[in-house]
Amino acid sequence: MRILYFAGLRQRIGVAEEDVLPPQDVRDVAGLIAWLRTQSPAHEAAFAGTSRVRAAVNQDFAAPGDPVGAGDEVAFFPPVTGG
Amino acid sequence: MVLRVRVQAASFDLAAEMAELTGERTDVGAVASFCGFCRADDGLTALELEHYPGMTERAIERIAAEASERWPLSGCTVIHRVGSIPPGAPIVLVLTASSHRVAALEACAFLIDWLKTRAPFWKREVFADGSSRWVEAKSQDDAAAARWEKA
Repeated sequence: MRILYFAGLRQRIGVAEEDVLPPQDVRDVAGLIAWLRTQSPAHEAAFAGTSRVRAAVNQDFAAPGDPVGAGDEVAFFPPVTGG
Repeated sequence: MVLRVRVQAASFDLAAEMAELTGERTDVGAVASFCGFCRADDGLTALELEHYPGMTERAIERIAAEASERWPLSGCTVIHRVGSIPPGAPIVLVLTASSHRVAALEACAFLIDWLKTRAPFWKREVFADGSSRWVEAKSQDDAAAARWEKA
């Protein structure tokens, strides 16, 4: 599974992307966030304000309960501020 | 509807884009435009625009398709810049073409409102001393986007 980080989240975690192999019981966006938070103090700090983190699965906006699986591209980022 | 979406570092020429949108057509009665510029808020020296390549274009195309379902548009152009943009420089351009003004004006407002809340771009303010801060999403933008939600 490929994980992408953007904007402030990328800065706090320190990488723009990483390939991860979460355990089988990680089945949705919320579960993936909970698992990523255990991966390093930087991950934990970056996701600490989870209500402000948005997600996309395979380049579509995703909700916490949306499924994730091997081979998916999952992105995490703050609320968007373009325009 | 002819849709053109571009995400680019370079600036754009409003007159040239409008000429391209109308082209040789003789059925276009109205073109509405929105052009967003970088303000020097708090003395910032540049806005740094970051985006999610691939998803950005998909998101804009989806918003434009929604606009095309709601209004009779003959064409639509969306150009959004990324990278470093100094105060006074343009950031984003939305053009909508239709037979009549109401469709063009409403579709243009809809497109920029939804683009601000549904396209993956992020702004960082850069100051003269080298410091910077990410722009926070604004509740007014959510409210502006929500007024187009269908009941």
